[in-house]
Amino acid sequence: MSGSSSRGRLSALADRWLPKLVLSPTLAASLIFVYGFIAWTGWLSFTESRLMPRYEWAGVVQYQALFENERWWTAAANLGLFGGLFILFCLLVGLLMAVLLDQKIRAEGALRTVYLYPMALSFVVTGTAWKWMLNPDMGLQKVVVDLGFTDFTFDWLVNPDMSIYTVVIAGVWQSSGFVMALFLAGLRGIDDSIIKAAQVDGASLPTIYRRILIPSLRPVFFSVLLILSHIAIKSFDLVMALTGGGPGNSSDVPAIFMYQFAFTRGQLGVGAASAMMMLFTIVAVLVPLMYMETRSAKRV
Amino acid sequence: MFKNLTVGRALVYAALLLMAIYYLLPLYVMLTTSFKSLDDIREGNMLALPQLWQGGAWSKAWAEACTGVECNGMQGFFWNSIKMTLPAVAISTLLGAVNGYVVSMWRFKGSDALFTMLLVGCFIPFQVVLLPMAQLLGYLGLANTTAGLVLVHVVYGTAFTTLFFRNFYITVPDELVKAARIDGAGFWTIFFRILLPISGPIFVVCIIWQFTQIWNDFLFGVVFAAGESQPITVALNNLVNTSTGVKEYNVDMAAAIIAALPTLFVYMVAGRYFVRGLTAGAVKG
Repeated sequence: MSGSSSRGRLSALADRWLPKLVLSPTLAASLIFVYGFIAWTGWLSFTESRLMPRYEWAGVVQYQALFENERWWTAAANLGLFGGLFILFCLLVGLLMAVLLDQKIRAEGALRTVYLYPMALSFVVTGTAWKWMLNPDMGLQKVVVDLGFTDFTFDWLVNPDMSIYTVVIAGVWQSSGFVMALFLAGLRGIDDSIIKAAQVDGASLPTIYRRILIPSLRPVFFSVLLILSHIAIKSFDLVMALTGGGPGNSSDVPAIFMYQFAFTRGQLGVGAASAMMMLFTIVAVLVPLMYMETRSAKRV
Repeated sequence: MFKNLTVGRALVYAALLLMAIYYLLPLYVMLTTSFKSLDDIREGNMLALPQLWQGGAWSKAWAEACTGVECNGMQGFFWNSIKMTLPAVAISTLLGAVNGYVVSMWRFKGSDALFTMLLVGCFIPFQVVLLPMAQLLGYLGLANTTAGLVLVHVVYGTAFTTLFFRNFYITVPDELVKAARIDGAGFWTIFFRILLPISGPIFVVCIIWQFTQIWNDFLFGVVFAAGESQPITVALNNLVNTSTGVKEYNVDMAAAIIAALPTLFVYMVAGRYFVRGLTAGAVKG
């Protein structure tokens, strides 16, 4: 009797502490590897670290160096250009495909498989494939020239004014199927009775989509924006594999800038400052989006 | 409109087919190029089938192609990626399962706040942790090792896996757990006897997600591994972007497909779960 009750008390005690104990390694890891490391990088960005880290306070010299660096501004402008176009085209293509696929299509499963498989690929593979397709001597340009359009040129990959757009092409190819899947899931989640009621009222299908279905996708829309801007800001492997940031620095992005200054050029301080700028960008973009997402999710 | 008009429906199908071709084209070009000879590539058309199907580029990509100074092909790096991915996926998934169990079924004061704190790890740009991590791996003697990469992937993958399992367990009715507790079942008993048996689907989703993420990672691989210990994505990039001698596009393409095969295979076999993982990871709780 007393034995079983003490066992009961013991297990009650265990049940009180076990959950915290189980969670604690992950929490500790998060405190060190996420929060601690962000603080560490932040500190480095205020020192004169070059080849080796130093920890004496030096003020904002690294940020000054960063903002006076033309290459940084090229990278930032490219991010804006690439990010904007990448998000725009992914949204357009993804939404269009989702609406088309929602028309009781016969081979829907097979088509979805085809649209989504690029998501399973590494960005390095995608970059390699498109680097070959866009090769000005032997790629798509040659295909069109062979068709008889001898003046046709498509040299974006080696053209400093156009190289960043090749990243958009490959990025949209990789990610738009995913956007389609999210929108399609959203469309399928909408109550059928709304559509039926609208049809009874005599609304045509395009009107139903424009006025009812697509507006009710608002929460999905914000999720998609969130994910796409996240992918865009972090994009590194795709650019490395496709253009390597070139020709010259013409398709440089902040992630490549950070990597090269921190790890190949021995400019730790500048690298740390650029990493902090990337963090600020993510926060500045994601926080308002998350706020809008939760608000619109509550309303629907 | 689309339902009745056959012209409209034909247009819908045409558009969908056109998109399918757009998505399949790079795969087609990669495959055909990998079976062509270099002469065939130089003289022929990118979209044409090989004049003579040859597997030479494949064996070269696997065993002889140069990825920098070394010329041993992709094989060693393929195994590196496997040695890195399998433990990292296993550990991060198991951690995620028990973490998700705690934050959904054993909430305590402050547990929601702690969960939110964990989630931040899903959103940071990893550039902001690279420099300290490189230092730490150096101190621990794990720089340029597969073990180091496993550690990095576990640390930064667990936020996602916790989110997956938490979102799954939160849909399990509370009564189930409450009844078990009244019957005297403890923390682990409930987890192993009640929750694990119904967790099959979420394990599949989580494992596929983690496998794809870790196999495809390039950033951690290129920063924390060098030479012999590099994962396959880094080796592929080196192979394609170091130009010594004649550029062998057929070998590049074969190597790219080799690097993509494991994740493509997983996608083909378990595509349904793959999509579910993507949407679950995206539409966060």
